[in-house]
Amino acid sequence: MIRNFLLILFSVALLLVTVQAEEWAGTDEQAEEIISQINPNYEPWFSPIWEPPSGEIESLLFSLQAAIGASLIGYFLGYYRGLKHARNA
Amino acid sequence: MHIMEGFLPAEWSVVWYAFAIPIVIYGAWKTKKLIDREPAMKSLVAVAAGFIFVLSALKLPSVTGSCSHPTGTGVAVVLFGPSITAFLSIIVLLYQALLLAHGGITTLGANTASMGIIGPFVGWLAYRTLKNFNLKAAIFAAAMLADLVTYIVTSIQLALAFPASEGVSGILTSTATFMGVFAITQIPLSIVEGVVAVLLVSYLIEVRSDVLEVVKA
Repeated sequence: MIRNFLLILFSVALLLVTVQAEEWAGTDEQAEEIISQINPNYEPWFSPIWEPPSGEIESLLFSLQAAIGASLIGYFLGYYRGLKHARNA
Repeated sequence: MHIMEGFLPAEWSVVWYAFAIPIVIYGAWKTKKLIDREPAMKSLVAVAAGFIFVLSALKLPSVTGSCSHPTGTGVAVVLFGPSITAFLSIIVLLYQALLLAHGGITTLGANTASMGIIGPFVGWLAYRTLKNFNLKAAIFAAAMLADLVTYIVTSIQLALAFPASEGVSGILTSTATFMGVFAITQIPLSIVEGVVAVLLVSYLIEVRSDVLEVVKA
């Protein structure tokens, strides 16, 4: 348990070694910039059919995605643990 | 992160769709066959898919001062191999393309090829090589490489479509430029992903005794 905790702590620390950063743009945004430097004439020929109307709604849908995944994992890990417990009882 | 909607020229869109679709269909068929043969595997498939859902929703800051998200394909590839992983990945990529304008329909083939197929396949090769020496190291390598190689492939895909100059050298130059953005940002994130994948698979082995046979198979 303590070892797992230390591993998670190490993971978080790795993400926080980020002192010198100025802005936290997404890598896809940076790739767009590079593309416009390599080929200034390139126009995206298709745009998303539907876009989240605002940043808030986008983060809502991203949270929903994470929540779906976490629910699946949490539900079944609990179920497996319960099964194991019942078997040993 | 995934290649944005409309940012791959149409001919490359077609190429990557042609590459990805047969593998995804094979993966869907294999998933169905697995669940029919061993119904107990159904919930494990759900857990593996859940891991892809969670991890690819988290846009994390990295040392480069930019953000990217892990892929989460490591657990699926360790448990079920690359083709089922391809099928599970396209579900997440569709969700993100349709609801989040993240990635896109025209780039779905290319993004499935990188995140769902080539990245996990390299991770799976590393896993097969290492699993008899040290299971945890093998799981770590699988998840880390599945993540990192995804973004190396993304860089190559963009470089093929946008070479800096004529010929092979232009493609190589562009690959290096795109990797400077995608791959470098991804290194710390993929290490974190490797650690988390080892924790999850270890816990699965602890609570479900048959998982050890699945991962050793």
